[in-house]
Amino acid sequence: MAELLLIARLAGRRIAFPASMVEAVVELEGVTPAPCAAPHVAGLAALRSRVLTVIDGLAALGLERAGEMQARDAIVIPCDGHTYALIVEEVEDVIEADAPATRLSAPVGAGWARVATGTVEVDAEIFLLVDPYALIAGPAANAA
Amino acid sequence: MDELLNDFIAETRDMAQALSGAIVAWEAAPQDRERLDEIFRFVHTVKGNCGFFDLPRLEQLSHAAEGALADVRAGKRTADRALVDAVLAVIDRIGELVQALETGEATASEDDEPLIAALSGAPVALAIADAGAAPEAEAKKSIRSIRLSVDLLDRMMSAVSDAVLARNELARRLRDAPRDIAVEAAFERVSTCIAEIRDGITRTRMQRIDSLFSGLPRMVRDLAADLGKQVRLDVDGGDVELDREMIEMIRDPLTHIVRNAIDHGIEDPETRMAAGKKAAGTLKVSARQTGNQILIEVTDDGRGIDGEALVRSARAAGLLSAEQAEKLTPAQKLALVFTPSLSTAERVTAISGRGVGMDVVRANIERIGGVIDIDSRPSQGVKLCIRVPLTLTIIPALTISAGSQVFALPRSAIDEILRVGAIRIDSVGAAEIATVRGRRVPLVGLATLLGINAVVADADQRIVLLKPAGGEAYALAVDAVHDHEELVVKPAAPAVMAAGLYAGTTLADDGSPILLLDPSGIAKRAGISFTESELHQAFRGAEEETEAERETSLLLFRTLAGGRRAVPVMIVERIEDVPAEAIRFGAGKLRVAIGDRILPLAGCDAAPAEDKLRILRLTDGRTELAYGFAEVIDIRSVPIELHPAPAPGEVAGVTLIDGAQVELLDPHWLFAAHGDSGQEEKAQPICALPEGDPWMEAMLRPLVESLGYRVVAAREGVAADILILTEESEGAGPVQAGQVVRLRSHPEEGEGGASIYRYDRAALIGALSRGAPKRKAKGKANG
Repeated sequence: MAELLLIARLAGRRIAFPASMVEAVVELEGVTPAPCAAPHVAGLAALRSRVLTVIDGLAALGLERAGEMQARDAIVIPCDGHTYALIVEEVEDVIEADAPATRLSAPVGAGWARVATGTVEVDAEIFLLVDPYALIAGPAANAA
Repeated sequence: MDELLNDFIAETRDMAQALSGAIVAWEAAPQDRERLDEIFRFVHTVKGNCGFFDLPRLEQLSHAAEGALADVRAGKRTADRALVDAVLAVIDRIGELVQALETGEATASEDDEPLIAALSGAPVALAIADAGAAPEAEAKKSIRSIRLSVDLLDRMMSAVSDAVLARNELARRLRDAPRDIAVEAAFERVSTCIAEIRDGITRTRMQRIDSLFSGLPRMVRDLAADLGKQVRLDVDGGDVELDREMIEMIRDPLTHIVRNAIDHGIEDPETRMAAGKKAAGTLKVSARQTGNQILIEVTDDGRGIDGEALVRSARAAGLLSAEQAEKLTPAQKLALVFTPSLSTAERVTAISGRGVGMDVVRANIERIGGVIDIDSRPSQGVKLCIRVPLTLTIIPALTISAGSQVFALPRSAIDEILRVGAIRIDSVGAAEIATVRGRRVPLVGLATLLGINAVVADADQRIVLLKPAGGEAYALAVDAVHDHEELVVKPAAPAVMAAGLYAGTTLADDGSPILLLDPSGIAKRAGISFTESELHQAFRGAEEETEAERETSLLLFRTLAGGRRAVPVMIVERIEDVPAEAIRFGAGKLRVAIGDRILPLAGCDAAPAEDKLRILRLTDGRTELAYGFAEVIDIRSVPIELHPAPAPGEVAGVTLIDGAQVELLDPHWLFAAHGDSGQEEKAQPICALPEGDPWMEAMLRPLVESLGYRVVAAREGVAADILILTEESEGAGPVQAGQVVRLRSHPEEGEGGASIYRYDRAALIGALSRGAPKRKAKGKANG
């Protein structure tokens, strides 16, 4: 069965998230830092009366932190009783996959291997299918 | 127990209601296996539940029905019309009995024998005659309580939380808008309503922790029997109330901990006897409320956890380098038991005496914003402390900021808020020690701790004196103090909680997120935590530093006669002016009326000639007295080198301050001579502490006082019920004491006989309670 995918750009790469795991896409304005929290946590933001934990997508991959927070696209993902906002460079579109995801067949590069669950083809283009929960868990989860 | 019974009644009634359809269907088709199973489960459950209560009739009935139905299930009997009728009659009777239990009325029929006989296949004379009676009674009584899903309660709670946020937002806007009395009054009314609704809903979610503890005796009994151990369970504090959801969240961790304690902690009877302990181990589970936290303690007197073994395992597992291992404090070694990959290692279990999954226990506790601490003495046992918030919802908090960021502190942990200028701050090595009215507490800079750039100069900072539940007091330097607010607190995401500094998140009036700081977590990170040895050292350092010149904060004043005198600031409650007419000489003493109280007046021999008199109000914590004087000269912290007065009196002696001789008041003499010995004071046992020991003063004294003692300085001629000595003060002063308690500063007992480790709170309290048996009950009731 074809799956709906959310296509976003992270670390310069176009990637796909299963749309069923995504609650919303928002533009974050102010992010309140959370000192001493895990390094991939950019801080907190408010969405209506809820507190979002903002995850820096780059840092979650184990790459450099994105740096100064401007207004930017974030994907809202509920996970395990908490709601997260995953910062990406850009959210492009929601599209339908042409075919079910296939397993990874080639090395995808440092950081990505942990979060990628496979590849998925849309309009003859191949995207990396990323597990947002793995991104939320952050690089530390890798070591454990 | 009542609550359990109510639960049982409600549950049975619900089941009976749900079952009515099945009964009808079964009546129509007695061969229907599914219906039969359903009815069987019902009587089986009722029978099982009856075992907990003393309900012989219900038990007999359900037992008989269960037996008959079991035969049908096993194919030994067929479900003929007679049996179906008999079973239905029994079910009706059960419903009736439950109804009677609830209403306290008698049942229509007292004799169950015919019903039971009918089940066994005897000729059926009775019809299901009672059936008609039940619905009527039900209509009368069943509205008294309803069962709600926790889900619904949660939704109500979150709706109310949102209402609180909306109210806060509105309050902010109203503050900015031009004042309108009518609008404000309406807003006040709405506020009050919201507060009431919130209060009500919060209460509906509260449940006695009994429901969590009630399963323990059975579990302990079964486990102990399985393992061939003898365990005495001691449960305390079942009436503490806690959020329902919280109770569910603690259930698993608590079960796990109790299981571990019996499985790995408490030894088998032979081993215990050989170690000189009682054959039966004691497991103590207690709950109590401290501020907005619930403290659950599980203590066993088993073999304890071997911290060294944990370190060895951690080293073997490659989790620790030799250097790191070297630096660990005993408490940190014990905390290794919570390390995931370590506590799951099979062989550690055998060595350390603790089972698997402590990491899971900790994770579960932390998920609900709780803290778990472990303490262990080899061969004496283990104490696990779980601290969880009362509710996940709304707490009163103080908003403060570090740098430009706003944080919140739970108000329950706050003792006092001070200006930097009002206290003394000493640097002791890298640490800072604040002295607040004689109390020495470690000082933590919040901005520095969090790695935030402070925007305010040190001198403009505010000091918040914190006393985390179960921990030691410390001072927190913050950049600004804002406001008291009621905050809707939700647990933060695990990646944020991992910092160990936060208790949750919340939204400010303006809708921006605020992190709620966890005072215990801050203490821990700052290294002034409950890890006693560290605390120990910090204070050690402080003591050594100040040993050379132990300073006392003195208030210098000029007496009415013009002399210079001084009094320790600590005992000065306040300074005020009283009109001369408030002062009267009567009943042999000079007294002053202040408000609705009369205080003895010292420092002058007659009512003053002027129309008013300036007085110092001195307090010993219980009684007060006034001391007349002319003017305050200064407040100074100086080492006191006392040249004692030849005879005891108002003045203890003379000391040199800034090159001038100053007479030092003797507060003890003053209170002895002038203090009105009220009823209260008389009943109070007296505890003598060595003078000028900062540890005694700052840490021990509050404990001693909380137990109902009046604390006096141990000096010549003092009579006390109990005298507490440290190693240094050994043999100090010829004090007449009913009992002497010696403290040692190391956990291990040295030579020199009986003494108590000074942080062994339980033993200390035990010793102090013996000295004042009457007081014990009071202290307990308060705590």
